[in-house]
Parts: sequence; C-alpha cells; structure tokens
Amino acid sequence: MVEPPKVDEPRVEDKLFQNRYLVDAGRPHVKIRAHIEPSPELLALIKICPARCYELNAKGQVEVAPDGCMECGTCRVIAEPTGDIEWGYPRGGYGVLFKFG
Amino acid sequence: MIEEKFDAIVIGAGMAGNAAALTMAKRGMKVLQLERGEYPGSKNVQGAILYADMLEKIVPDFREEAPLERHIVEQRFWMMNDTSHVGLQYRSDDFNEERPNRYTIVRAQFDKWFSKEVQKAGALVLCETTAIELVQNPQGKVMGVRTDRKGGEVHADVVVLAEGVNGLLGTRAGLRERPAPENVALAVKEMHFLPRETIEARFNLNGDEGVVIEAAGTISKGMTGVGFIYTNKESISIGLGCLVSDLKATGQTPYGLLEAFKRHPSVARLIEGSEVKEYAAHLIPEGGYNAIPQLYGDGWVVVGDAAQLNNAVHREGSNLAMTSGRIAGEAIFQIKSRKEPMTADNLKLYRKMLDDSFVMKDLKKYKDMPALLHTSSKNFFLTYPELIAKAMQTYVRVDGVPKLDKEKATVKSFKSARSLTGLVGDAFRFARAWR
Repeated sequence: MVEPPKVDEPRVEDKLFQNRYLVDAGRPHVKIRAHIEPSPELLALIKICPARCYELNAKGQVEVAPDGCMECGTCRVIAEPTGDIEWGYPRGGYGVLFKFG
Repeated sequence: MIEEKFDAIVIGAGMAGNAAALTMAKRGMKVLQLERGEYPGSKNVQGAILYADMLEKIVPDFREEAPLERHIVEQRFWMMNDTSHVGLQYRSDDFNEERPNRYTIVRAQFDKWFSKEVQKAGALVLCETTAIELVQNPQGKVMGVRTDRKGGEVHADVVVLAEGVNGLLGTRAGLRERPAPENVALAVKEMHFLPRETIEARFNLNGDEGVVIEAAGTISKGMTGVGFIYTNKESISIGLGCLVSDLKATGQTPYGLLEAFKRHPSVARLIEGSEVKEYAAHLIPEGGYNAIPQLYGDGWVVVGDAAQLNNAVHREGSNLAMTSGRIAGEAIFQIKSRKEPMTADNLKLYRKMLDDSFVMKDLKKYKDMPALLHTSSKNFFLTYPELIAKAMQTYVRVDGVPKLDKEKATVKSFKSARSLTGLVGDAFRFARAWR
C-alpha cells in the first residue's frame, strides 16, 4: 500500500468531496492496461494525479478509480505514450462539474 | 444527429471557442458549437484573470453584463523561501478607471455569460455532447465530427478545434502531438470563501478593487513552478502549478505542494478562517512558441490552449485564446465571403493574421524562456530565492555587525552558491531569453 499522507495534510478525498460529479457508473473513462509489474510511468501516477485516482493494490499493481477525476489529463501526458493507460473524456454531461472553475 | 450542414463547427465552449463562434455567428454564418460539459464553463478551469482589451474587441460593452469579480489595482510578485518573502508590489489608483484593464473572474460563471452572447448571435450550442473524432474524407479533408450522441455525425465546411490543452480530436486525427510532459504545467487550485469585508481588510481594498499575487521560490521545491493568489468579491482563488516533467521526476504531490503553500506564514494569514468550496486541477501549456503545432489544414484550424497559445512569462492565456478564436473566425469569414473553399491553402490566412497580432509576436519574443527556466529551474526557483531572502534579512536586521561585513557575507554567499561564472551566465542567459 502507499504510505498514508502525513497527519496535518488534509486527505485528497476531503478536497474532492467539495466538488460536484456526475459519475457514469460502469463506464470508466480511464483504463489501465493489465500488468504484473507496473512501469515507472504508472507508478508516477500514484503521486502526480491531483485527485489520487491511482493506487497500488495488494498485489503491487496500479489500479485506477476515476470517480473523482478532474479531467486534467496529466496521466494522459505521462502514461498514454507508453500504452499503460487508455484515456478519453467521459460521455457528454458526465464527470466533474465545476461550479467555479 | 443533425442532418443540415453547417458553415462551421466549433469544438469547445471555453474562451477560444466562444470567441470563434461569436465572431462567425455575428457575421451571419451558420455555426454549431459542441460542449461536453453540462453547461459552458463546467469543464473549464483558470486562475482567473480577464484582460479587458481582448474581450472588448469581441464584446465591446461586456462590462455592462459580464459577471466580473474585482478590477485589479495592485499586482504583487513574491519570491519566497520557507519563512519569508521578498516582494515587488505595484499599486496604482490609475487602475480605478472607468474601463478597467484587468479583472478577476470566476470561469464557470463567466463562460455561461459568454456562451449566452454566442447564442444570442445565432449559433446553435449543444452541451453534454462529447466530440469523439474528426470525420475526414479519403484525401484527409476534415468534413465534420463524430459525437457521442445518437447517430452522432455532423458536417461543416470547417471545424474550429477549441478543445483545450488536452485536445483529443486533433491528436487522434494525427494533426498534432499530445503535449509533452516538459511542455505542460499541472496546476491545482482551491476556492476559499470569506466575507468581502474580510478580504477587503486583509488586502487593503476599497469596494471592487482587487489584488493579485504571483509567487515563486522554495514553494515549488526546485521545480519550475509558481503559486498564485487572486482576490474575487467573496472568495480567494489560490493555487500552484509545476511542470509535469518536474513533478514526475521529483514525486512531489500537487496537493502536498498546495498545502505547504497555504501553510506558509505569508499566505496563511490571508486565507485564515476561510471555507473551501472547490478543488480543481488543470494543465497549462508552457512550451511557448517552439511548442506551437501546425495551426490549420484542409477543413480545420486549431485555437487557444489546444494550439499551445499561452504566454507563460506574463501569465497570459485566456486573452491569447480569445484573440486566436476571434482571428480564426475572421479569417474563415473572409474566405467564405470570397466563396472560396476551406482548404489549407486558404486557411493559411489564419496563421498569417495571427503572426501579425500580439499573440505570435509575444510568444516569439520569449521563445527561449521555457527551455532556460526548465534547465536552470533549481537556480531560479530554489537557490536565488533563498539567497535573496537571506540577503534581505541580513540587510534589515540590526545586530551590531558592521555593514561592510554584511555586504561581504552576502556577496560570498551568492558566489559560493552559484560561482561568479554561474551568476554571470544565468544573468546573460536570462537577458538573452527575455530580449
């Protein structure tokens, strides 16, 4: 597991809780290629994703849960060229809905 | 989905897309605009500062209706170390003018208003519609787009790609590359709400006056990056962005950096007691002139962030987006008026008009700056802020040490940190990139 954030750091989940989302259940817009050992690019996403959508599972593989995704595209820039992820936009109307932006 | 053919399809209802759609619709063209968000603005993120001049050229009387927050009377630049900041502050009552030059805005609200102007001009705006790919004929000419709606193809003479920094349509069609990690910054931002009197007291403001702060230094931990604090009417936009390649190399988390920025003693007092209502993230094109892709082809043009049109040195983006959108719209209208086809040869006019505008002139001026800041990021974002802060403290602290000794110590600390050739070299490289 990834080490938990320091005590004085608010959790990213609490930050995302402020945001409005319309989740397209069962149709994730980001997918990870099946792997045994994660590539350095996939591992980098665990730290860099501002919504912390990427986590290591118990088997040491990287998993994605894009429900809190803010559609910034950082993971696309890093891990799409290596084929590690498939990246698209959510269907029209779904995903994050910024009230202020 | 829609049988009729349009003169133009605009992808995206951000600054560039709205400017393009409005420019063409006002001239009587049949325009379809597609936006994947629930409403225009719901997918858009910016700091955000609005430059009046560029919007005036599109909506001359925008001040009467547009949702504006505060007109900016003061700009602060902070160079920070961990406990202090050295600041440059420019405040002028000249900015309390009848038609102010710069405003802070809230993008979701502003974009809704901008889109209403587009609709009033007669464009058809379809929200909740994601464009999936460009439709091209066997010769590669763009004929329209495929969307995620039922029977989702729509056709037009020309497609304006205002799809933002992550423009998928252009890259999927092979018209341009996806942005490289060293050419985009990841910025995270929070909206902190406070009573307007509190904001006005803390930032020394009267009425709708506003302050913006741009901050650099140890807050980016040696990476190429800056923080910002913008005052709105009843909220403060606070954020920080660093190059994606730097974040990847260091393993720093964007929210960790933002939290540290918020905890800095110079910042914490400004946002104390606030209620956070949104957390957003967005990529910012930082590659400058050298990262600009091909801007036109048979049946298409690309504008705004999708075309990497952002002036990172001056923190200008939405005005370049608006201007490129407007110019694209004007070029397309000229070609249509001559009853000529939307070929690459004809659409070259857009590039030519853009070259003649401040957009390309400014980007060309700073074409070497991104590379310089990237290769020397530790010097510019870590070493110098520390040295300057230390020099300032030595200078102002009165402790019985003779002034001459203080000066010698400061010069020595600069030389030992960067060496004389390093200092002269950095100054020379910076001056050359600035010129």
